[in-house]
Amino acid sequence: MASYQNIFTQVQLRGHPEMGMPHKDGSDPRIPVTAYSYWMGKFGQAQLGPLYLGKLGLASLLMGSLAFVIIGLNMMASVNWNPNVFLKELFWLALEPPGPEWGFSPMVPLAEGGWWIITGFLLTASVLLWWLRTYRRAKALGMGTHIAWAFASAIWLYLVLGFIRPALLGSWSEAVPFGIFPHLDWTAAFSIRYGNLFYNPFHALSIAFLYGSTLLFAMHGATILAVGRYGGEREIEQIYDRGTASERAGLFWRWTMGFNATMESIHRWAWWFAVLTTLTGGIGILLTGTVVDNWYLWAQEHNFAPAYPDTGVVDPSTTLIAPSEAVIDPNQMVEDPGAPPAAPSQTQGS
Amino acid sequence: MLSLSKLTALGALAIASVTLAGCEFGPKETQQTGYRGTGIVQITDPQNVVSPGQVPPPPYELPAPSGPKAGEVYQNVKVLANVSQEEFDYTMAAITQWIVPADAPAEEAGCNYCHNAENLADDSKYTKVVARRMIQMTQNINQNYSDHVKQTGVTCYTCHRGAAVPKYVWTDPKPSDGRLMGNKRGQNTPDQSVGYASLPVGTYAKYMRGNSGPARVISKTIHPTTANRQSVKDAEGNYAIMMHLSQSLGVNCTYCHNSRSFARWEQSSPQRALAWYGLQMVKNTNEEYIHPLASVFPAKRLGPQGDPYKTNCATCHQMQRKPLGGAQMAKDYPALRTVSAAAPAVPGAASATGAAAAAAAPAAAAAAGN
Repeated sequence: MASYQNIFTQVQLRGHPEMGMPHKDGSDPRIPVTAYSYWMGKFGQAQLGPLYLGKLGLASLLMGSLAFVIIGLNMMASVNWNPNVFLKELFWLALEPPGPEWGFSPMVPLAEGGWWIITGFLLTASVLLWWLRTYRRAKALGMGTHIAWAFASAIWLYLVLGFIRPALLGSWSEAVPFGIFPHLDWTAAFSIRYGNLFYNPFHALSIAFLYGSTLLFAMHGATILAVGRYGGEREIEQIYDRGTASERAGLFWRWTMGFNATMESIHRWAWWFAVLTTLTGGIGILLTGTVVDNWYLWAQEHNFAPAYPDTGVVDPSTTLIAPSEAVIDPNQMVEDPGAPPAAPSQTQGS
Repeated sequence: MLSLSKLTALGALAIASVTLAGCEFGPKETQQTGYRGTGIVQITDPQNVVSPGQVPPPPYELPAPSGPKAGEVYQNVKVLANVSQEEFDYTMAAITQWIVPADAPAEEAGCNYCHNAENLADDSKYTKVVARRMIQMTQNINQNYSDHVKQTGVTCYTCHRGAAVPKYVWTDPKPSDGRLMGNKRGQNTPDQSVGYASLPVGTYAKYMRGNSGPARVISKTIHPTTANRQSVKDAEGNYAIMMHLSQSLGVNCTYCHNSRSFARWEQSSPQRALAWYGLQMVKNTNEEYIHPLASVFPAKRLGPQGDPYKTNCATCHQMQRKPLGGAQMAKDYPALRTVSAAAPAVPGAASATGAAAAAAAPAAAAAAGN
């Protein structure tokens, strides 16, 4: 296989499908349904299947589907089961968490946010079961568990937003609604309420890791594609038997920035950047409202944000006459409009 | 049958049209209005300029304030009694032209919309009772809220624009009935007043009544204290009413605020203080002048909750930074510019009343800490 293969020239093999190694443990059997897709072969592997569902996967899918359906039915009910309005307003509709009046009580009437709590529980259960599945399948294949731990970092942020922080503040209403625009508006309102999240250093770290992840991804993807003609995409082989592809890729980066990652370490870079995005983000959210209530003031206090010239504007509510000094004269009203008119008007308001 | 490449192209076109549907194409003009580097700019769309509207000319030349008083000539004149009869007639002619002009629907045109043609002094039509209170309201705004309306002032036309009911009004929203059916919890509806976000849409009742609390959710301390227990939900409501202000004036958030810290006054522009007085004015207007008329209005002039149509920023501003483009209109109608002597029978009490009212209204707002 020394030929130069890319997405346009790739040879797609057809024959007896690759069924994978036999289980070493007592895992459930795989679903032996396989197929070949020419177009899937353009994106990745042309062979589809076999699938492993197992008890965890089944339970996770069941819980997740229930959550999805409950969200959809709540949205449908909010528009009186009108499918046209549902489609038209889908991006605006939501399943909202309980209001502040319910605190963190688990017993909230279904229509007042109870469905949100149930949906949150089902979705969390689904996500945690899926996490266990990624861990168990990695073990079954004799792999490391890096994927599971990276996923766990994302779950950490999800749990902080929807459960841990609301629990610490004692209010479900601090949690995020389920909905396309509603969760975005929640994000903006959250930042406003806590004095601008951009001054939260953990938010800043999270953004740095997020943008760093995209930069690393672009650099790595471009490097591997650029040395693809020397077999650079066969990364695992390059790791234990560094060939000309790795040599050229490394040399390129040493020439351009004086340093190069290795075929192995670049993946650690990417993994850590991705993991730290949600890890630091979760810390930032957790501190908001629990430890810091106004991030702008915090940033001024710690010289984290620049100060700009004062505009000289003063809060007008602090400069007015005290109400005790003001005299309110009931004679100001010529006629009490609240009283029935002298000649009754045709109709009375309700 | 469609080929795959055509399908792909169609799909790409569909995705592009969906993603770009919210975009406004065409050139934009930006103007820096704050300190450099803070992004304090106003963005305007020169191809979609909202017309400020035409100010109708006075009915005829303003008569001299001499001659017999309206209260001496006419019966049952309670507010404009101390205005000369000629100026009174002139003001009535102007009001007719502003509220019920000749081109209005037949039942809403001319003097008879408010007056009993047999006896002009008769108070039997509800519209006359309302109009009297509205004249007092206009006087109150011009005299006591010059912090907001300045010397430009307002007239009936500022809101009415040739219609018996102003175009931009609000009524109380339906309270949640605690059921799921048709209950969007007061938000999650595409609505112009909140810039088509999913923010709460019925927040006028929360922020524009006399007992409304301040539109302030951000803490004044670094760390949490019991002084500010407001939730993210409260922030959404605050955000929504601010979107109304922004939409009503056709301005960005940065017209008043430095968005790095919405709460800090020393970072804000002077317009923010102007807007604050405007909010106090709207609260006072709705509570003292409009809401008490609920029992006077017929059902067709009330909202679904039985409350009258009330004012917000759009009622006057109508997408302009200054209503009617800042046209100096009130100067031609001196009868509407100051609060009238309360009752002609007690002339001594008149000036005191005006002064007290001047102090009372914004001070009451200050008490609420708005």
